[in-house]
Amino acid sequence: MTAAAEGSPPWRMTRARRNALLQSEPVQGLALISPTFLYALILLVLPILVVIAHSFWTQNYLTIDRTFTLENYRIALTEPIYRDLLWRSLYISLTVSLFTVILAYPIAYFISFHGGRHKSLWLFLITIPFWTSYLLRVMSWKVILGYNGVLNSGLMGLGIIDEPSTALLYNSSAVIITLTHAWAAFAILPIFVSLEKVDRTLVEAATDLGDGPLRSFLRVTLPLSAPGVISAALIVMIPTVGDYVTPKLVGGKDGVMIANAIQAQFGKASNWPLGAALSVTTMLIVTLMAGATVLIIRALQRLAR
Amino acid sequence: MPEQPQVERSQSDRPMIEIRNVTRSYGAFKALDDASLTIKEGEFFSLLGPSGCGKTTLLRMIAGFDNPTGGSISVGGQPMEGIPANRRPTNMVFQSYAIFPHLNVEQNVAYGLKRLKLQGGEEKRRVEEALAQVSLTGLGKRLATELSGGQRQRVALARALVMRPKVLLLDEPLSALDKKLREQMQVELRRLQQAVGITFVLVTHDQYEALAMSDRIAVMFGGKIAQVASPKEIYQRPVNRQVADFLGGMNFVKAEIVEENGASLVVDTLGFGRVKTDKPKAFVRNGGAATLGIRPERLRVLWDNATAKFEVAGKVVERHYFGEITHLIVEIPGLEKPLSVTETNDFGADDIPVGTSIRLAYDPEALVAMAD
Repeated sequence: MTAAAEGSPPWRMTRARRNALLQSEPVQGLALISPTFLYALILLVLPILVVIAHSFWTQNYLTIDRTFTLENYRIALTEPIYRDLLWRSLYISLTVSLFTVILAYPIAYFISFHGGRHKSLWLFLITIPFWTSYLLRVMSWKVILGYNGVLNSGLMGLGIIDEPSTALLYNSSAVIITLTHAWAAFAILPIFVSLEKVDRTLVEAATDLGDGPLRSFLRVTLPLSAPGVISAALIVMIPTVGDYVTPKLVGGKDGVMIANAIQAQFGKASNWPLGAALSVTTMLIVTLMAGATVLIIRALQRLAR
Repeated sequence: MPEQPQVERSQSDRPMIEIRNVTRSYGAFKALDDASLTIKEGEFFSLLGPSGCGKTTLLRMIAGFDNPTGGSISVGGQPMEGIPANRRPTNMVFQSYAIFPHLNVEQNVAYGLKRLKLQGGEEKRRVEEALAQVSLTGLGKRLATELSGGQRQRVALARALVMRPKVLLLDEPLSALDKKLREQMQVELRRLQQAVGITFVLVTHDQYEALAMSDRIAVMFGGKIAQVASPKEIYQRPVNRQVADFLGGMNFVKAEIVEENGASLVVDTLGFGRVKTDKPKAFVRNGGAATLGIRPERLRVLWDNATAKFEVAGKVVERHYFGEITHLIVEIPGLEKPLSVTETNDFGADDIPVGTSIRLAYDPEALVAMAD
């Protein structure tokens, strides 16, 4: 190509060079991601920078004082109310991801190992709840868990309880139940994918070497599907820490999470810098927690050997 | 071809695996059709056949990964019906080797031992011993991903041998290796089997592999066992054209039966005249016609004025050069198909011009009668 280009007129050379440039892999790669990249830059990175900047400023009634200060972070980390809300959010998201993974794994396992020809049908069925709005799904949990709800009437009808229980709705457990249900599909898919990648001959080899079904699962299938478990846990954990709709609808007073406090600061309380500091703190803690989860699951995987 | 090791271990005549009228059907399709077979203790036994002949199905049923729809299998005198794969006295070397990717070589080999909870360093000792048997000493800490194909194969072998099974099952273990390594592993596998004395059952579609390693071979076609015999007998006295064809080149000659008695057969052929030959055990007469076969290497070119007691004359129509040998296609008057002749190149068979008239010497012993 270069030899041909040397002997031809200059404009041909530039075209050849431009073609070579357009055909190079890094350039093609960049071209492919650039729309998304620009979109993310404008709508994700810039707002985050604005939030980070605000977190070091002070709200001065209607104006913002742009002097650098760490006061917002002091409040975010030491005020009991925010500390409690943060802890509760972390507790809820950890519990939700744990339950979701535990409940999703058997389903993913069933589809992958026993789904036969109907694997795609099963996966399709799992997406059905997403045909309705998230709000409707949360509201339906209100119907189930409420004072005159399905669960209470059922338990009363069976004579297990005498009067409706108020312990079901408007607390952290209600938030955990609702979120676990809402995120199930997001956990099933990555686990399913990693189980699909497990070579079935390896399970046969484990059986051949004397392992029963449970042992071969614990020693081969489970460790080899760990990447799927990690992604499922992270996919559920990261967004649920900052969930705001679910606690607002089913959480009541005891189920309030950090995102509700952040919303209040940006809304009614009108203290953007404090809201920003709370957001940044939450982001950092979520990052740490996600990293810790990966390390813990990897350690467990090593232990299984 | 590498030479076979000279150590011949005497094997007992006690049966190790007994396969009685085993059938495996999938709906109307029979992957295995009424197969019966006895494999002796300490024997290196091969199941040989083209893909889809049922050899792997049979192996997997011995291992317990599949169950017969009819008939019975027993290993070491114990019926295997209802015994799951993990409780059978057999271990398998998988075609893909199935090395656990999350474990290193040592952990792979020790996999089956862990459950036995061996005392006082016994586990470590056995792992080392198994690694030494397959010449992998010192590679214990390597991960499966850091191993070559040949090394993976050795790990799979060590992992199965360390369990000290009564029977080692090998599912096309050498098919993924290149030619040179494959031939080297054939010798090593045979040597290893002689050393440990365990019954080996090998599944292969490579006739040379089966011939080079086995004590006995079962040739299978379409779910049925066609012939069970020693490599030499299978090669020299195939029971039918299919077996003869599968085990290398064979010239087939049409023959007319003149006389048939207890152990021999007298036939008339157009090219080879009247021939008296051993009657195969399984010979079933089908009218007056029969087929004779002769291997291409059993026909020798007669040079210059040399003569032989038995010879046929013909004309070279094609010549193919293969390095140490030359393949000649020779037209014989009266034969409907020309004969293939394999001749070594030490006397200049590679220089015979196409069109030359030549004479071929043969031993009437090499002409075998077979069923069509």
